[in-house]
Amino acid sequence: MTPFIRESGTVLPLNRVNVDTDQIIPKQYLKSIRRSGFGDNLFDGWRYLDEGEFGMTLNERRINHEFVLNDPRYQAPRILLAKENFGCGSSREHAVWALMEFGFRCVIAPSFADIFLSNCFKNGLLPIVLNEEIILELFELATRKQAMDLTVDLPGQTVELPDRRQIHFDMDPIRKETLLKGLDEIELTMAHRASIEAFEAVHRRAQPWLFDKETCS
Amino acid sequence: MAGRTLYDKVWDAHVVGVRRDGQTMIYIDQQLLHEVTSPQAFEGLALAERMPWRIDANLATPDHNVPTLNRSLGIDGITDLVAREQVETLDMNCRRYGIRQFDILDQRQGIVHVIGPEQGATLPGMTIVCGDSHTSTHGAFAALAQGIGTSDVEHVLATQCLVQAKAGNFSLRVDGELDKGVSAKDLILAIIGRIGTAGANAHTVEFRGQTIRALTMEGRMTLCNMAIECGARAGMVAVDDTTFDYVAGRPFAPTGSRWDEAVACWRTLVSDDDAIFDKEIVIDAGRLVPQVSWGTSPEMVVGVDEAVPNPARVSDAGQAEAIERALQYMGLKADQPITDIRLDRIFIGSCTNSRIEDLRAAAGLVRGKRVASSVKQALVVPGSGLVKAQAEAEGLAEVFLEAGFEWRDAGCSMCLAMNPDRLGPGEHCASTSNRNFEGRQGHGGRTHLVSPAMAAAAAVHGRFVDVRKLL
Ligand code: SF4
Repeated sequence: MTPFIRESGTVLPLNRVNVDTDQIIPKQYLKSIRRSGFGDNLFDGWRYLDEGEFGMTLNERRINHEFVLNDPRYQAPRILLAKENFGCGSSREHAVWALMEFGFRCVIAPSFADIFLSNCFKNGLLPIVLNEEIILELFELATRKQAMDLTVDLPGQTVELPDRRQIHFDMDPIRKETLLKGLDEIELTMAHRASIEAFEAVHRRAQPWLFDKETCS
Repeated sequence: MAGRTLYDKVWDAHVVGVRRDGQTMIYIDQQLLHEVTSPQAFEGLALAERMPWRIDANLATPDHNVPTLNRSLGIDGITDLVAREQVETLDMNCRRYGIRQFDILDQRQGIVHVIGPEQGATLPGMTIVCGDSHTSTHGAFAALAQGIGTSDVEHVLATQCLVQAKAGNFSLRVDGELDKGVSAKDLILAIIGRIGTAGANAHTVEFRGQTIRALTMEGRMTLCNMAIECGARAGMVAVDDTTFDYVAGRPFAPTGSRWDEAVACWRTLVSDDDAIFDKEIVIDAGRLVPQVSWGTSPEMVVGVDEAVPNPARVSDAGQAEAIERALQYMGLKADQPITDIRLDRIFIGSCTNSRIEDLRAAAGLVRGKRVASSVKQALVVPGSGLVKAQAEAEGLAEVFLEAGFEWRDAGCSMCLAMNPDRLGPGEHCASTSNRNFEGRQGHGGRTHLVSPAMAAAAAVHGRFVDVRKLL
């Protein structure tokens, strides 16, 4: 996993509620068997006017200049500012891969959907929950003539505004640690191999029907 | 000590321990795999030179990408080469590790969430995961079933554990008798309409009450299937004899003395009377009418006897804007009666409503009738090869075919349009699936979520009609 410590960059304001993972990366791109190649198709349905197909190159596409991602103000944004329930819908981790490949390292929203949130932590995309009031203020600042840059500092749990104001965000200490160190989840669990084996033995005795299911071919 | 909820009990029975970093590891009894969210997990496993922890805890099938025509051609029938590579990759990974797969040519192939219960691979009290959000379906069996991302698919393959914090307990009690023509689908749509798509975030919902007890297992699956659409970590229903009757005799279900032993254990899978829930809601199902979604989120739903909402009458500015945007995408006008909406295509299928009872309900409304000439296409896509065979044996396939429906092979199909079945831009579809997001069923397509009976009636009339008046 990519560690997250401190990141600065342009904020892209995406003013929609309930943005679902189908919008973040539409299903036609899920046919890939790889983990990469999704960045160009992030928000595909909003970003382009034509219908995208897997394998199309960018210069074949008709750009939707109305969509915020295509606004020249927001060059190479690093931080996504979103509204309630961001990342709802399908469990596709491709949504997080697409955001990261595009260059996002952090998403700030008043709330996130559960599976998306968990997928963020698995990949090193930092989800920050801030209250509605601050979010509204950030939207106001980010949509001015000049784009806004923010600095996100995970060790100090702060979002730093251009005027030096620091906004604190809450973060589960365990998740913070994992993100800071970019720890490998499987390795962490594998360190407890003996406990898993011990549990499994007891579980097998208690509910033997869960094991050795008849094989029918 | 206070009593425990059903969720508490299944959770407690699977806690392996607390990891060095403080997170809880829970043991996973069953993982379901499909072609879309597993390739990167298998790749990760191979790159790290790890082996699956427990082969027999996995069951795979291709469903999202498979064509629903010309099934006998097998993989060669997949004309989209990228999709084909994905299905082949699943084949290869299953062969490589010896994972049981119902492949594209197997009659038991179908949508993962249909075949798990059908095969008895879904059992009460289990922990179940799948790289698919609608894994919540299996909660109908008092299983703790959760959708996970691909990293977690790999994690479960490698360790048989899922690492997470426990969610809250949400009691959703439904009382009252459902009217004729009002189904579990209408109930769950109404629930989402009431609590919203984030209404159960960070909670596991237990559906309880007399209405839920009266539902069949298939109805309970429909309900739990869409629990994810209100943001729930999982949906669950306590066991009763309906559960056991359904599970008994299924291929992977225990038999003989093991069965008795299992049932004795499963009987405890109910919330204690003094269990404490973090959130509680009570819903009266007696007054429920058939539901139709009009917008681009499952919470944008009203009764068939109502009209499309008017943003001018909504006080919250953000909400009014969302309604406006949805109306524009959907090509609908404020205050337009739902029964005025004309349909271009009909889709009866998906893990929400593609089981035999769904097909029976739909067939009941088309028997002896014709699909309206204004409808371009009406599809029935059974949830599995076995559902298809049963429907054919019961004569349902004929009913659909005679009415002018297309009768297809099992798969996800137009639910998410990864295969060739999809809507054209601007087309309205009465769909028994679970998501009406923009472009979900095809670029620019307009989805209206309804029950199988409502979809069938819409096919015949070319617009939405209140099925209660037809029964
Ligand atoms: S039927 Fe639809 S919702 Fe269900 S698993 Fe397939 S694509 Fe997902």
